Amino acid sequence: MHYTFNWSFFFKSIGGKETYLTWLVTAWEWTLTISFFGFLVAFILGAIVGIFRTTNNKYLVTFGNIWTEIFRNIPLLVQIFLWYHVIPHFIPIINKAPRIVLVVMAIGLFTSSRVSENFKSGIQSLSIAQKHAGLALGLNTLQLYWYALLPQAIRIIIPTLTSEAMNIIKNSSVAFAISIAELTMFAMQAQEETARGIEIYLVVSVLYFISAFAVNLISQFIEHKIKIPNQTFVKQ
Amino acid sequence: MIEFKNVSKWYGNFQVLNNCTFSIQKGDVVVICGPSGSGKSTLVKTINALESIQQGEIIVDGIKLNDPQTNLPQLRARVGMVFQNFELFPHLNVIENLTLAQIKVLGRSKDQAITYGLKYLERVGLLSQKDKFPGQLSGGQQQRVAIARALSMDPIIMLFDEPTSALDPEMVGEVLDVIVKLAKEGMTMCVITHEMSFAKNLSKRVIFMDEGKIVEDCSKDKFFGNPDLLSARAKEFLSKILRNN
Repeated sequence: MHYTFNWSFFFKSIGGKETYLTWLVTAWEWTLTISFFGFLVAFILGAIVGIFRTTNNKYLVTFGNIWTEIFRNIPLLVQIFLWYHVIPHFIPIINKAPRIVLVVMAIGLFTSSRVSENFKSGIQSLSIAQKHAGLALGLNTLQLYWYALLPQAIRIIIPTLTSEAMNIIKNSSVAFAISIAELTMFAMQAQEETARGIEIYLVVSVLYFISAFAVNLISQFIEHKIKIPNQTFVKQ
Repeated sequence: MIEFKNVSKWYGNFQVLNNCTFSIQKGDVVVICGPSGSGKSTLVKTINALESIQQGEIIVDGIKLNDPQTNLPQLRARVGMVFQNFELFPHLNVIENLTLAQIKVLGRSKDQAITYGLKYLERVGLLSQKDKFPGQLSGGQQQRVAIARALSMDPIIMLFDEPTSALDPEMVGEVLDVIVKLAKEGMTMCVITHEMSFAKNLSKRVIFMDEGKIVEDCSKDKFFGNPDLLSARAKEFLSKILRNN
C-alpha cells in the first residue's frame, strides 16, 4: 500500500502554453458556469411553477403539477440525453444550440421541479389569514404574492434552496455525458492520458467541495442579511 | 350601506350560512356573537368577499359583490378588516405595514401615505414604535397597529373578527379602548366578540348566530335586558357566557 504522489504532470504542456493545470482551471470554470446558469433557470422557472401550484386557478395548478412530476421523475442523466438525442429530432432548431445550452436547460429544468416544491411548501406554510390580510387591504393577486407572501416564503426556504444550489454544482458533473469539458470530463480524460488518477480525482474532489461549500457560505450571508428581528414565520 | 339578502353558503355538504338577511346603515355599530362554528366569522368575511357565497345577494355601498364585473380589490380597499391574530406582515416594519396598501392600492405617494399612517399610529398611541418590526411588539400593540393599518385606508366600514381573543388578558383593555373610541367617533362597524361587557358598552345592536342562521337581530337592551323575549338558543348561550364573565 505504498503510493508516491507526483503532482508535476500538472505543469506538463498539452500543446502550446496550455498545461494540465490551465485545463483544470478552464474545466472548473465550465462547472461553475453550468451551475450558475443552471441554478438561474431552476430558480426562475421553479419559482413561477411553484407559485402557480399555490393559486386557486386549477389550470395553473395542473400545469405546475405536471411540470414538476415530469422533471423530477426522470433521471438527470437520461434528461441530458433526451435534450441531446431526442428533442432535436422533434424541434430541429435545438440542434443549432451549443451543447452547453442543452446542459444548462437539462439541469435547470430538472432542478426547477425541486425548486417548485420548495416554493410551494414555503408559500403554503404561511397562514391563510396572511393571505386574507393582504386581500382585505385591496392587494390584487400579483401584489399579494410580491409584497406579502413571497418575501416571507423565500426566507423560509433559503436553507432548502441552498441544498438545491449545492446539488447543482455536484449534478453539473453529468455534463461529461455529452462531452462538455467540465471538471469530471477533465478528470476522466486527464486520467487516461497521464495515469495519475489518484492525484487528479483528489484535486477535482477538492474543487467540487470548495465550490459547493462557497455556495453554502454565500447563502448563509444572504440569510443573515435579510433576517427579520424577532420573527418566526410559520404559524399554527 | 350593507345589504345581505337571503345569503347562503356551503362547504361541500355542510351549510355554513343559512339564508342570512340583514343590513347595516352608516354609523351603525353591530356586535355579532354566537357559539363557535355558528358562522359569524364566515359571515363577516363575506362582506369583503374573502369568502364567496353560493346563494343570495350582498350589496356593499351600492356595489353587488357577486357580480363578476365588480372590482374586488378596489372594493376590499374600502372595507377595513382586523383579524384575530393581527396579521401584520412580519417582514415589514410598522410604517411599511401602514403604507404598503395605501401606496400600491390607493395610489398615494409615499410621503402622503406616511403622513396618513403616522396620523393613525398616533391615534392608537404607538407613534414611538413606527420603526419596529411586528415581532418586536406585544400582541396588544400589534393589534393596534393592525387597526391603524385598516384606518389609513379611509374605510367606509370596519370589520373586527374577534380582535381580542388571541391576546393576553392584560392587553385586551388597550385594544378595546381603541375600538370603543372609534365607535364613538361614528365609524360604521361590525364586531365579532365574546367580550359581553365590551359588547354592551360598544353597540346598540346585537346579531346572534347559531348554525349558520341569524337567530336574533335586536337592540342591545332587548338582548341583554330582556332574556325572556329571546329564542331558547340565545338564552342558553347568554346564560353560559354571562356565568363565565
